[in-house]
Formats: sequence, structure tokens, C-alpha cells
Amino acid sequence: MSVGDYIRNSQVWKSIFRHPAPRDRRNRVVVMLTNVFLHLHPVSVRKSGIALSYTWCMGGLTFFLFLVETVTGVLLMFYYRPTLEHAYNDILALRDVTTLGVLRELHRWGAHAMVITIWLHMYRVFLTGSYKPPREFNWSVGVILLVLTLLLSFTGYLLPWDQLAIWAITVGSNMARASPFLGYEGPGATLLKVGDVSLIHSGSDARFLLLGGRFVSGDTLLRFYVLHCVAIPLAVAVLIAIHFWRVRKDGGISGAL
Amino acid sequence: MLLFGQGQIGPEPFARPNEIGEDPVFHHQHLDASTQTGVGVFYLLIVLMNLGFAAYWFYNRRDRKQANIWIVVALVFLIHAAAYLFHAGWILPAFIRNAVDDFIGPVTYFMLSLVLFILFIYYRKGCTEPPVAWGILNISLLASGWAITDSNFRSIITKEDNVPIVLLIFSVGFFTWLGMRKAVVNDERMARGEPPLEKLEDEKVLVWPDLVYTELICMVIATFILVIWGVVLKAPLEQPATSAKAPNPSKAPWYFLGLQEMLVYYDPWMAGVVLPTMILVGLIAIPYIDFNQKGNGYYSFNERKVAIVTFNFGFIVLWVTLIVLGTFLRGPNWNFFGPFEYWDPHKVLPLNNVNLSDMFWLGLMGRVFEEGKDWFLRELPGIILVVLYMAALPPLLAKTVLKPFYVRMGFVRFFVLVTLIQFMAALPIKMVLRWTMNLKYIVYIPEYFFNI
Ligand code: HEM
Repeated sequence: MSVGDYIRNSQVWKSIFRHPAPRDRRNRVVVMLTNVFLHLHPVSVRKSGIALSYTWCMGGLTFFLFLVETVTGVLLMFYYRPTLEHAYNDILALRDVTTLGVLRELHRWGAHAMVITIWLHMYRVFLTGSYKPPREFNWSVGVILLVLTLLLSFTGYLLPWDQLAIWAITVGSNMARASPFLGYEGPGATLLKVGDVSLIHSGSDARFLLLGGRFVSGDTLLRFYVLHCVAIPLAVAVLIAIHFWRVRKDGGISGAL
Repeated sequence: MLLFGQGQIGPEPFARPNEIGEDPVFHHQHLDASTQTGVGVFYLLIVLMNLGFAAYWFYNRRDRKQANIWIVVALVFLIHAAAYLFHAGWILPAFIRNAVDDFIGPVTYFMLSLVLFILFIYYRKGCTEPPVAWGILNISLLASGWAITDSNFRSIITKEDNVPIVLLIFSVGFFTWLGMRKAVVNDERMARGEPPLEKLEDEKVLVWPDLVYTELICMVIATFILVIWGVVLKAPLEQPATSAKAPNPSKAPWYFLGLQEMLVYYDPWMAGVVLPTMILVGLIAIPYIDFNQKGNGYYSFNERKVAIVTFNFGFIVLWVTLIVLGTFLRGPNWNFFGPFEYWDPHKVLPLNNVNLSDMFWLGLMGRVFEEGKDWFLRELPGIILVVLYMAALPPLLAKTVLKPFYVRMGFVRFFVLVTLIQFMAALPIKMVLRWTMNLKYIVYIPEYFFNI
């Protein structure tokens, strides 16, 4: 009996995988049904739908990169403190001191790559007309995922707290100041007032909400950190679950009928 | 910021070659050894790619002519590879660089991308033939290889955070080709009355092993690429943040640079809030306004011409190429710089843009308005134009050119569609007005921060 067989026949193995190796048709079906991760998939799919030249694997890669970002991100949280005192030096230490400093590179380049793969995924869904009925709603879920992915990248950009970071966020968040009605330099904002007191000023407008202050500061860092590490990833995770669920409920990956 | 390669001993960095007749930058510019080796390896990879392509034609397609062509191309690249690996130090001649810099500007750049886009759509059949597409790829790789010998170009393109955009350019190029190629093939099949290729494979296969193994391989390759990328290229870290000194240029993260580029033409409330919102609303609305039931689940162009051209125009011309513009060609003070031009923070461009109200009242009627008075009358011409554009154009279109659409789409769908397209067109319209008549604002009401 080979070692492989010995392991596969042990009680431990059998308690985890409740069926023989997926070598025949029956067990290839069973493996998909008894594994919580695999059962994200259906048991069988249309052949055209899983061709690499059809999906470009871009949705899958986006999901994979999201997982990479989650793992590397959690590890990075051990090294990084979101305060004016520590933030920059912690990142510096990742480069110069920390053994696993490459985590930062993986996390940053993974994030860039995810933005590219999500665009390409959207592009392929468009080109194959896969947003058409019955998949309209899943396309909309996708667009929200796109927004959240960009926001994830954007909030993460601030965390190194270097010149690149704060000025990029300053440029980006200055837009909020100009939101119609909600930004204090936005059209219509001066109209919103009670008596003589204007409701929208630099201490109450959309940018203030985003930054937690009138300019990019330590409060902004905290705000972006919480959004980046907790709030947005949770929202993305929930939406990805809906997205995958709907891919299956809408009849699996699209194909010519 | 590193602006010149090592060994640069020009008289003073601001001297632009063609301003002083002679070309100090060119004579003193040389490539250091490691850059040359890098470029050499780059060419060597292209040699291998072309040999592979030649082998494909020779063994798989039994086409000697094609195989010979690509062997010759491989030889051309081999000569380049040898030259750089042996450190011959070839640099793109200054007159070419100057000619490119002089030719390219915001207008020519945008028009060029638009023309290329139209040509690609029109000649999609020819462009996507594998040998043609491969030739285009080779040309763009050769151009990149030549360009990177210029130290100004190199310093911008190799900035760590700009590397993803190089990746973006090539991957968008590749997938645009792939998608269009599959569409062309399917269109030809359907014209002959055959079903699209996807239809031939509509039998069911088991996810284990067919899909899970593909996924596994994709994950392994992705991990591999990411780790190499992470080890080779350090994540950037600049000086600690200080609100005292803003870098010039201050750029948003690269994926927002298309929006930052719109700031040239529109105020922040439009470029940063309204237009992005419309992009998102528009994207979400796509499935609900595209009433064409054909082309669902397979690549096709002919069955969905309007949809595909519109989306491609938005994605490729207005989004991706503007990101490329914002990243590589916008320097200090958001001025435009040619790809080989030194990013001179003192470059001054005359700003002589005029508001529509001034053109109308001052230019035509000879009337001057007092500061802050009668803004409604002053801006009336612009307001009328905007109202006409937004409110009168859609019904007009519904009655005339777009009548067939209106009839088939119904009221709500049609107006949502036209409104979205109007917002999308707002950018190119303002661009053209700016370039042709130096128009600054169509409506200018600073009293309410309402400038269009
Ligand atoms: C975090 C982001 C996202 C993840 C992880 C994700 C993942 C996936 C995956 C794995 C699939 C299966 C087919 C494939 O790989 O192409 C899929 C399908 C789909 N995705 Fe996404 N996606 C994301 C974002 C988006 C976006 C931005 C859009 C569109 C705006 C979108 C629209 C769709 C649609 C309509 C389908 C069904 C396509 C079909 O049946 O052919 N998704 N997604």
C-alpha cells in the first residue's frame, strides 16, 4: 500500500473528505457537493462558458486578488499603526527592517492588479453581452463592486502617510468640496441655509465627512484606515457572495442559447 | 525626483534641446550599463516571442511564408538585443524625439487616439488577423524599446506606481484584440448562417476537473507573477507627509487620472462629482436600456454595433487613454509634456481662455457688465445653450434621427439613454470648444460656484 493510499484510508482523512478521491464521475460530482469552497461552483457547467478565451478568467482573478489582499492585508495590520506618530515609520520599517516586508509589495501591486482585472472583467462581460436578461441585476451588483474596489484602493493609498499619499488624497478629496449642495464650494450650497446660518460650510460639508476635518489629517488617517481594513472589505465580501450566488441562479456563466 | 539618467552633464537642466539649436542633452546623455542590459534582455524576450510565433506558423499552420517573415523580424530584434547586451549605447536620435515632442499635444493626442479607434473599428477584420495584430504588437514593443533609451521618458515610465499603467496598456490592447477577433470570427460564421463558436461547445462538462484545474493553474500563475513583481519592484515611499510643501504635479492615484484630466475642461463639481456619478449611473443602467436581445452569451460585433462602439469609446478613448495621458504626459502645473520632454516646472503656457458671456456681450454686443451684477442676464446666452442641449435636444432627436430608437425603446428608456450619452459627449464637446475657440466656461456664475 502506498503512502498516498495509507493517508487516504486513514480515519482522519476520511473524516475530512467523506468520499473517495474524485477519479470517477460519481465522486467528481460528490466532491463539488461536500466541500464548502467548491460548492460555490455548480457540479457541471457549459463547456463554452469556462473556456479561458471566453471569460479570460478575469472574474476569478479579481476574486483571487481580493483574497490575496485580505491575507496580506491582515498580516500587514500586525506591523502598521494608523497614527501620525507611527504610520510612516512603520512602513519604513517594512522596507528596511521587517523580514516579511515584501508583504507590502504584494499588497500594493496586488491592489493595482485588481483594479486592472476588474476593469477587464467588466469589459469581457460587456463584450459577450452577458449583462442582458436574466443577468441585469448581477451587472449592477458588479458596478457597485467596482466602486468599492476603487474606494478600497483609494483609502489604502493614504496609509503610508508619505508625500505621495496625502497629496493624492488631497487632490481626490478636494472634489468632495465641490459637490453640488453638499460641498461648501459646490453649486447651490449657499442656498441651503436657515435664516442667516448656512448649513453647508467647510466644517460640515461632504469633504469634512470624508476627511474628518478640514484637511487631510490624523483623523483622516484613522477614518481611511477603518474604512480600508474593515468597512469596505466587509461590504465587498457580502456583495461578492451575492454576485456569485446570482451567477449560479441566473443560469451559470452565460453562453449562446 | 530623478529627472536625468546618470552621466547627465548638460549645461543646465532646463535647456530644451531645440531651443538652443544644439542638443546638449543628446550628446551627453548615455545609457548606464544596467539599463542597457535590461533593454537587451527585453529585446531578447521579444526575439523568443517571435521565434515562437514563427514556429507556430511553420509547424501548426504549415505556412512557410509567415514563418520566414517572423524569423526576419526576430533577427531585427536580435540585432537590437546584441547591441544593448554589448552596451553599444544606441539612443533614439534627438531629431525623432524632438519631432514627437513637437507634434504631440493634448489635441493631437486625443485626435490620434480617436482616429486610431475609428480605424480599428472600421478595419476590424484586417486589424485582428493574427499576423497583423502580431505586427502591431511588435511595432509597439519596438517603439517602447526605442523610447526607453531617452532618460526623460525612462524616469517617468519606470516610476514604481506607473508600472501598472504599462501593464494596463498592454493588457487592454491584448483583450481588445481578443474580444474583437472573436467577434469578427463569429460575425463571419453567422453571416454564413452558422452558429457562433460558443454554441458549438454548449454541452455540459464536470467542474471537477475541467474548471477547478483551470482555476488552480490561473492562481499559480497569478501568484508567480505577483511574487516576481513584488521582489523586483519596491513599493514607493516618498518623504514623510507634510502639508507645507505640495509636490508639483500633485496627482490622484492613477485609476482616477482620467477624472483629473477632465478638470482641465470642467470645474471640480462637474469633473469630480457629476460626471463620475453619471458614469456609474450609466454603467448600472446599461442592461436596462440596451433593448437589443441579440448577442447574449457570445462575442459579436455586427449584432450590437451601437452598444459596442459606445462602450468602447467610453472605456478606451475616454477612460484608458486619458489615464495614460494624465500619467505620462501631464507634468508640473498639469502642463502637457511630450514623452521625451523634460518636466520643467517653469514651463509657462499662455492661458487666454474666454468665457462665453464675454465672447457674446463684449465681443458681439460691446457691452461690459459690472463685477457681480446682473449675472443672470450676463450668463443668459450660455444658460440658453445648456438648457437647449439638455432639454430640447432629446425630444428633437426622438422626432428625427433617433426616431426608430424612440419607437422601439419607449419614453423612459430613450430619455435615460440620451441623457447619459449627452453627459458622455459633454467632455469631447468641451474639449473641442476649448481647442477651437479657447472657450473657458459656457456658463460662469462664480457667485454660486456654478460654472460649466
Ligand atoms: C470584486 C469584483 C468582482 C468579482 C470578484 C467578480 C467575480 C465574478 C466571477 C468569478 C464571475 C464568473 C464568470 C467570470 O469569471 O467571468 C462573474 C460573472 C459576472 N460578473 Fe463579476 N466580478 C466582480 C465585479 C464585476 C463587475 C465590476 C461587473 C460589471 C460591471 C460584473 C458583472 C458580472 C456579470 C454580469 C457576470 C455574469 C457573467 C456571465 O454569466 O457570463 N462583475 N463575476
